[in-house]
Amino acid sequence: MLSRLFPARETILASAIMLLLVIVASRFHGFVAPSNLANVFNDTAPLIILALGQTVVILTRCIDLSVAANLALTGMATAMINVALPGLPIPVIIAIAVMLGAIMGAINGVLVWKLAIPPIVVTLGTMTIFRGIIFLISDGKWVNSHEMSAAFTGFPRAAFLGLPVLSWTAIATVIIFAIMMARTPLGRSIFAVGGNPHAAVYTGINVGKTQFFAFVISGALAGLTGYLWVARYAVAYVDIAGGFELEVVAACVIGGISIAGGAGSVGGAVLGAIFLGVVKNALPVVNISPFWQLAISGSAILIAVAFNARAGRAKGRIILKTTEANS
Amino acid sequence: MSVFTKLLATAAVAGAMFASPALAQDNVRVALVVKALGIGFFEAAAKGAEEAAAELGNVEVIYTGPTDTTAEGQIEVINALIAQKVDAIAISANDTDALVPALKRAMQRGITVISWDSGVAPEGRQLHLNPSSNPLIGNMIIKLAADHLPDGGQVALLSATTTSTNQNIWMEEMNKVMGNYPGVEVVATVYGDDLADKSYREATGLMQSYPDLDAIIAPTSVGIVAAAQAVVDAGKVGQVNVTGLGLPSEMAGAIESGASQSFAIWNPIDLGYSATMLAYELSQNGIEAAPGAEIPMGRMGTLTLDEKNEGAMADPFVYDSSNIDAFKSIF
Repeated sequence: MLSRLFPARETILASAIMLLLVIVASRFHGFVAPSNLANVFNDTAPLIILALGQTVVILTRCIDLSVAANLALTGMATAMINVALPGLPIPVIIAIAVMLGAIMGAINGVLVWKLAIPPIVVTLGTMTIFRGIIFLISDGKWVNSHEMSAAFTGFPRAAFLGLPVLSWTAIATVIIFAIMMARTPLGRSIFAVGGNPHAAVYTGINVGKTQFFAFVISGALAGLTGYLWVARYAVAYVDIAGGFELEVVAACVIGGISIAGGAGSVGGAVLGAIFLGVVKNALPVVNISPFWQLAISGSAILIAVAFNARAGRAKGRIILKTTEANS
Repeated sequence: MSVFTKLLATAAVAGAMFASPALAQDNVRVALVVKALGIGFFEAAAKGAEEAAAELGNVEVIYTGPTDTTAEGQIEVINALIAQKVDAIAISANDTDALVPALKRAMQRGITVISWDSGVAPEGRQLHLNPSSNPLIGNMIIKLAADHLPDGGQVALLSATTTSTNQNIWMEEMNKVMGNYPGVEVVATVYGDDLADKSYREATGLMQSYPDLDAIIAPTSVGIVAAAQAVVDAGKVGQVNVTGLGLPSEMAGAIESGASQSFAIWNPIDLGYSATMLAYELSQNGIEAAPGAEIPMGRMGTLTLDEKNEGAMADPFVYDSSNIDAFKSIF
């Protein structure tokens, strides 16, 4: 019965996105042109990738607030590596980015696993530490577009079958995650750990270790996105993607990933990210006063979550009628 | 800062004093005190100061400052300069108030004190040289766009946040002079919040909403870079000119790609030059720094002081493909 509930929730979210598109199109026709929708998807790609990583973490009853700082630090590191060694091939840079990100994720994971510090505290701390490290390694200076190599900035925007590599990366991540969550022992244990940690222990799943892997996955994706982000905007500085971690968490929550852990789906997270992406891209073109934009974004999140909470609320069942009658 | 580097800095200043006792009698010694040594912007200012010294002939510039941007470091440097009996101190301050006692002491000993770039409270200096003024900046940002639009056209503003004081003042000043640029129409003002991704998205949105847009003016360094990248990615180089305020090192790529024809910011060389000229005039030519005074500063014209003894040097300096290579390594 639970498995049938998820598609229903996703259908609602997908309808909400369609409705949003119709409303935007009524004010600005060009928005729903296929080329523009492709642009919107491309713009949302980093959010989708990070939301998937965050989903895994949230499913295990944790939260990773350090993703944006991880992204910024990896981005700065890859940019500086590119400036120092312009000849380094892009696949090597990507491998470095994923590894750096995974290491940072592992630091979060170890602290949560071995020291049993609450994840929100751990990642709040590492978030600040990572931002601080960017300042240390960069001296507060920017890495600018003319210092980066053409291959470095060109990779995410190189077109392949009509879509930029950045979009394809997001699509590939979605497919890998869909398979991982549904078909691998790790995917299943992530659900088990979040759903009922005590029961998970009895089935032989190491709760801490699963949470550790969730953080490593989230970190690795943040690292990958770090490179893509810096290459896309062709600039690296301390504050890039400032506050983006909250957007990532919002995408997950809108997508119906339960903050309490154990409930959610890859499709939901993707739709949640796309919903936010459409809102972010639509607001500038529908000519709404910038003073209203923040309020509208926030309301959209609240409405979506309220909707989700209502739809997802398990109906109580009275199992002891006699007790009720007696009281 | 370690004690060792402090000693080194002091020794270097002291060394400069003892090494040239003969020169000291003939030459006017102007100390250019910067926030910290080793910063490209200030190295460029020192270059301008040397240019002024060469023009004046009998001036020796002492370029100095602490090794990190602290008020304490600058106070030590000031004390060393007082001991050396320099003729003038031109300082870019790390702290508005903390330096006042030390600089007051310098003035009591007959040393001319002016501040430039980053000011000192009025009681701690004779005048303050601002690189530019809000009206000049407001005029410059629209002029940058209008210069490339002889037949007029549509421009849009990409600012920082809705509450950014500087940007709001500049845009207000810009609106006051819009009458001087007939045909140029500001069609929208959007806010990128000084985030690269939001600025990029807003710039992309502007190009979609206004297909005939001719220029994006971004009076903020994050916004101008992001907008230039958005124009390149939208394939609108040559149609949409990105301009505003940015740093040469950050904008070199945008100039190279053609997304930006030109942009503006202060010129540190002119700033160092003007500061040295002003210090010389006050110290040697008996000019008094008083509200309303007009003080010559060589090739940069004259500085007019306001009621707080502050003055604006000039329009922001325009950078384009002709000079970007020379400046991109400076700041």
